Amino acid sequence: MDFSAFLDGFGVVTQPGNLVYCLIGVVVGMLIGVLPGLGPAATMAILLPIVYSAHDPVAAIIMLAGIYYGAQYGGTITSVLLRIPGEASSVVTVFDGFALAKQGKAGTALGIAAIGSFIGATISIIGLTLLGPLVAEFALDFGPPEYAALALLGVLLVATIGNGNTVKALAAAAIGLLLATVGSDSFTSADRFTFGSLNLEDGIDFVVVAMGLFGVGEILYNLEERHGKPHVPAAIANIWPSRKELKEAGPAIGRGSVIGFVLGVLPGGGAVMASLAAYAAEKRVAKDPSRFGRGAIEGVASPESANNAAATSSFIPLLTIGIPANASMAMLYAALLVVGVTPGPQLIDERPDLFWGVVNSMYIGNLILLLLSIPLVGIFVRILRVRPAILAPITALITILGVYTIRNSVFDIFLMIVFGVIGYLMKKTGFEPGPMVLAFVLGSLIESSFRRSMLIFDGDATGFVTRPISGTILAFVVLVIAFPLIKRAFRRRSTPATAEAAASEDAPREDSLR
Amino acid sequence: MSETTPRQQDAPEHDILAEIQAEVAQDLADERPPSGGPAYQLASSLVVLGIGVAAAFLAYGYGLGSLRRPGPGLWPFVVAILIVVLGAVLLVVGRHLDDTEKFTRASLLVLVGAATFVALGYLLPLIGFEIPAVLLGIVWLRFLGGESWRSTIVISVLTTAAFYGLFLYALSVPLPHLIAF
Repeated sequence: MDFSAFLDGFGVVTQPGNLVYCLIGVVVGMLIGVLPGLGPAATMAILLPIVYSAHDPVAAIIMLAGIYYGAQYGGTITSVLLRIPGEASSVVTVFDGFALAKQGKAGTALGIAAIGSFIGATISIIGLTLLGPLVAEFALDFGPPEYAALALLGVLLVATIGNGNTVKALAAAAIGLLLATVGSDSFTSADRFTFGSLNLEDGIDFVVVAMGLFGVGEILYNLEERHGKPHVPAAIANIWPSRKELKEAGPAIGRGSVIGFVLGVLPGGGAVMASLAAYAAEKRVAKDPSRFGRGAIEGVASPESANNAAATSSFIPLLTIGIPANASMAMLYAALLVVGVTPGPQLIDERPDLFWGVVNSMYIGNLILLLLSIPLVGIFVRILRVRPAILAPITALITILGVYTIRNSVFDIFLMIVFGVIGYLMKKTGFEPGPMVLAFVLGSLIESSFRRSMLIFDGDATGFVTRPISGTILAFVVLVIAFPLIKRAFRRRSTPATAEAAASEDAPREDSLR
Repeated sequence: MSETTPRQQDAPEHDILAEIQAEVAQDLADERPPSGGPAYQLASSLVVLGIGVAAAFLAYGYGLGSLRRPGPGLWPFVVAILIVVLGAVLLVVGRHLDDTEKFTRASLLVLVGAATFVALGYLLPLIGFEIPAVLLGIVWLRFLGGESWRSTIVISVLTTAAFYGLFLYALSVPLPHLIAF
């Protein structure tokens, strides 16, 4: 590791301008984490136009990153106080967090969650700092076949791991790949799917697609789902956990951090998956698993440490290989392309200011978040009193005016609205927009790598398999496709037993949640 | 979601994980509107299938070339065939899924919301952003959100003024505007 570059990174972060952007990012992230509705990917999409107008691209990237990990802190608050996960990654925190809140220990749950989040994230950043340069060095040898295989694996994993039906997610991803081919072909300059429109000649801008599918789609969807009334949470006291509680939660925080770090690095992994796995692991190692769902402190500590660790470590594949691991990272990928930086293994050498600036901003951002979520948590809880109806037009206006400012183009506004309506319809029919956006962002990389590989192999497609690294990655691709089928066949044989076990486990939990 | 958990051969952990996922799904399902049923599944599968067939047809027209010299249509064609296959699979296995949501009267709100977006897009280059933005605020707050007239007016005007400052001064981006200082 180049130690002086690492230290210079702190120089980048401590520039006042960058510190302000970092602060804005984590506060916005925390806010949208607290407010159910808009997720971090949607918020990052809506704010992408800022990247075009920011005085310093590094600052804008630092801010967008802050939104992502900040949201992991905020999501906990509503899980504990209202039994509504502010973010998908805090869903399991609901079980024990809300149970603790009902016992009058909401403050303890929030305090432990904040400390766990901070430790999880910090362990993960240290891992990123040490591991990132090594991965990048390894990835420098990757050629087009490796990139084609790796990006394909990324899309496939995001589609199979996401919520909802796998076939639907794969269909959405495939349509995303197709959308990426719209415009003039970069190899032959033949027009594809432009239908004579000059506006489509350069292809569809991913910023517009992301803002439409994520931003407008979620705004419209929330318009229908909104229940109108604000949520009034109970007052909280005693944020600082006692020494005994810290002792109880300590090992859980450690395990959660490690699980989160590992799962975050995998493409398709990320905060949601990590929090579920950490909760499961905690329940398994516990001496008395029946405490879970009834206010076990480990049930809050572990998933919250894990989701922050995963949110942080999912930066590794993006910054060192150039493959976004989830939808939020796809937004950051888009932002990097906008400022003229191609994410990849060369990033760390060519733009050390950006690489270390962003990585080191996370140390500081998490410190700010710890301060925000322990002494200042009361302020964020108050935000829950703001009626959702008031925020909706504000986000709507930010989105429309924002997309216009990218190129002063009204066409972009209408294109974004079209994708917004598509995003809304997808949500209504059970298709996740996430895989589509990710596939769209990676689409041109996959196509050009595939075509370059075919030129290298002189038309012989077996070259993908015989090269050791791309062959290994493709073996994973096959495994990902085959595993659910094998599992389904296996499950069918053992269904009755597991169903019974699930039913008996379900009953007490229901009571504890009401 | 559990497909790639490390140590997936490890049966107990896997079971707990699957169990928690079922709990989470159950929890989320409680809050969702009624499912749309087979008609919604059929319609969405047909849309996927239609996109695939149309794209395959167009891509074929762009020229497939050969594997040695791929034409502009080869990659889109491969992807389109994949979409057709996935659409066909959905047509068969999708019928019994319950992941759709019925359109209700509340869905009309979405239509109105989308219409205000379009209206703002049309009016922006003609009369600047201030008046359409205030109007959008009024529609969303008063008619879609059920706020009182007083807070509707105050919030709409303040929001528009804040965006005026943010876009024209803080970010200094050229946004069409009516009022100039």
